[in-house]
Amino acid sequence: MAAGVATWLPFARAAAVGWLPLAKKIMPKPPVDKKSRNDEILFVNVSGLRFQTWKNTLDRYPDTLLGSSEKEFFYNEDTQEYFFDRDPEMFRHILNFYRTGKLHYPRQECVQAFDEELAFYGIVPDIIGDCCMEEYRDRKKENQERLAEDTEAEMGTDTPLPPNSTHRERLWRAFENPHTSTMALVFYYVTGFFIAVSVIANVVETVPCRPLKGSKKDLPCGEKFSLAFFCMDTACVLIFTFEYLMRLFAAPSRCKFMRSVMSVIDVVAIMPYYIGLVMPENEDVSGAFVTLRVFRVFRIFKFSRHSQGLRILGYTLKSCASELGFLLFSLTMAIIIFATVMFYAEKGTKGTNFTSIPASFWYTIVTMTTLGYGDMVPNTIAGKIFGSICSLSGVLVIALPVPVIVSNFSRIYHQNQRADKMRAQQKVRLARIRLAKKGTTNAFLQYKDEGGFHDRDSDNALCLKNKSSFEHQHHHLLHCLEKTTNHEFTDELTFSEMCMTESMGYRTSRSTSISSQQGMSTSCCPRRAKRRAIRLANSTVSVSRGSVQELDTLQVHKSSSGLQSRSSLNARTEDLKLNCEDRDFTAAIISIPTPPANTPDESLPPSPAFPGILRNSRTNFYTHETVKISSL
Amino acid sequence: MGAVVGTLTMQTRQRQPSRDKVDDELEMTMVCHRPEGLEQLEAQTNFTKQELQVLYRGFKNECPSGVVNEETFKHIYAQFFPHGDASTYAHYLFNAFDTRNNGSIKFEDFVMGLSTLLRGTVREKLEWTFYLYDINRDGFINKEEMTEIVRAIYDMMGKYTYPALKGDVPKQHVDAFFVKMDKNKDGVVTLEEFVIACQEDENMMRSMQLFENVM
Repeated sequence: MAAGVATWLPFARAAAVGWLPLAKKIMPKPPVDKKSRNDEILFVNVSGLRFQTWKNTLDRYPDTLLGSSEKEFFYNEDTQEYFFDRDPEMFRHILNFYRTGKLHYPRQECVQAFDEELAFYGIVPDIIGDCCMEEYRDRKKENQERLAEDTEAEMGTDTPLPPNSTHRERLWRAFENPHTSTMALVFYYVTGFFIAVSVIANVVETVPCRPLKGSKKDLPCGEKFSLAFFCMDTACVLIFTFEYLMRLFAAPSRCKFMRSVMSVIDVVAIMPYYIGLVMPENEDVSGAFVTLRVFRVFRIFKFSRHSQGLRILGYTLKSCASELGFLLFSLTMAIIIFATVMFYAEKGTKGTNFTSIPASFWYTIVTMTTLGYGDMVPNTIAGKIFGSICSLSGVLVIALPVPVIVSNFSRIYHQNQRADKMRAQQKVRLARIRLAKKGTTNAFLQYKDEGGFHDRDSDNALCLKNKSSFEHQHHHLLHCLEKTTNHEFTDELTFSEMCMTESMGYRTSRSTSISSQQGMSTSCCPRRAKRRAIRLANSTVSVSRGSVQELDTLQVHKSSSGLQSRSSLNARTEDLKLNCEDRDFTAAIISIPTPPANTPDESLPPSPAFPGILRNSRTNFYTHETVKISSL
Repeated sequence: MGAVVGTLTMQTRQRQPSRDKVDDELEMTMVCHRPEGLEQLEAQTNFTKQELQVLYRGFKNECPSGVVNEETFKHIYAQFFPHGDASTYAHYLFNAFDTRNNGSIKFEDFVMGLSTLLRGTVREKLEWTFYLYDINRDGFINKEEMTEIVRAIYDMMGKYTYPALKGDVPKQHVDAFFVKMDKNKDGVVTLEEFVIACQEDENMMRSMQLFENVM
């Protein structure tokens, strides 16, 4: 029941007095209204904008924030008002909902912001009034599509492979995303080249070449250099067959792959050759075979794997299928009508071209599409009149669905552009976020270096004062974590140096590298048995979850735990051993996007190792394969 | 041909705005009604100032133009009785409130009616009820009028009742009513007969008192 009807309820109840004389029984006792009926004005302060309304107004919708006792949480005793730290512009619409019972969607606001406000105030978006519902739904759908596209784009191409993927998976990825590895790129360009070669060969072999000696007739080049063309064709088909078989092997779902459009095109492109091989040199059958060669031109469609534009065109046509169908249908109707009319108009003329209605179809089509070949021309006056009407209407009928198709194409094209732009922007955005994160962790490490963990003496206390209380507490938290795990945080450079020195296995390099703080490519190093301290370091590899908070990747390595400062670390470098097995770095667990949690846990087993002896060293260690730890 | 169709549609579209303009003018002449002053209403009714304020705010919110017409009234009343059809009874009720018989209820009418029903004496309430039942306002309630009222009330119950409505229940109800009310058995009920008969009915008196705290 609408809330506004509540106003009339006392009236309806009063009118029930009219039933009393007719009543057969006594009326039931009415409910006692305990609350005071005095209405009062409430003050609602939203970010400084003060709104006032009757309490009754807000009470109309008791299942929202303002209508229920939930608003008491926001009551400020001192100022006797309800304070909300939200957008005051949006609140206007929310309050209007209470007043009028209709929720309107402000067109200039972002639909997500509006949704968030509604969620905060406990209002379901379904009650948006009809006047604004359509706009709201459209914007919401657009937003969701965009989000879906973005997540799809992220998940899609650039995610690094999971560590233990089979060859098959890797092969499939190489085929689908050629820019991921060099081999795939090479293969991609090679196939593209061969497609072009094959298509050009098809075209050139029909060009007339100079005739053989002794004969006067022009030969098509295909017959003159038949061996050369045959060899070229064979080579191309071999490549295509090889590619097709590899794709078939690598496809995660073979049935689905075989049904896909691209695979059908591949098959159609290479079939004629094999059929030609198999076919005997029979006169009748080879005639049919010649027509099969036409299908070789389908090789040109293989380019759609290489060209984005072709794919967009294909999508457009697919999405405009209904418009195209309409176009076709209306054209057919018009053709039939006009062909009939022209036939009967020209029937009397001697020697006319319009011998039958189907024969008139050709004239109608040529006229409606304004081609006007002139091979069939009406002679009678009536025929000429109808012919002109035909050409005029042809222009209109064709012009009608074309804007729809064009707008569809434009939409798809812009979506694609946006996807590309988004990807480019994300890289920049992620880099910026990473930089900010790095700053925070560096602050912590700096704090430690300055001896912040020691019991403060007066000197230290002074220089630590200019940190905010937030930073203090945060650092304290990280420190607690270190104490819990008995390992320490460190940064990437230090860690990579330690790893590097171990991988080289040289004691000499250790002493230089640590102090020089030079970044080097890392590798796993064996780990020291006793007194480990894990140091976490930053790395610059990102997880491609751009839309949410990005995680830093921090590497893990160990140093002797007794050392609290870098200087002493330098002296004891030979004690350092780092052990990183294939990929299971110990100390960190990847946390998920929103509030990240630092919960490293140590899972590596202790292993005795001698200084200088490497275990499980891997020279081709990639930084992005480290376990990722998130820091605030 | 497309151009021809285009011009035709343009023609029809141009014709409509002129008609709309006429409607707009009519609307503008219907100025929204304002009630008499608060003090006057307070004097005329048994409500306090605050109560009148609350009532008016609700009324004005629902009907910004200041008047309620029968359609709106029926629609509102129907919302309270979704099971059955309240339109007939709402019609009679509307007529009972519309003391001036001009097809619309202003705030004064609304408030006066409420004042009688909620804060009036027993006699006033009974008079109001008689006024409601007397459809043709001739001072007598005959069986036909009563039957219509009772049927309208049973219509509000809807189809699904317990026990199920079998037979001509409204007619039996009316007969019982007449047996009680019609003292001199002349087939009609006058105001005096009605008042006396009701005052003798203890159940009814008790029920009437329960309604005093509706507002």
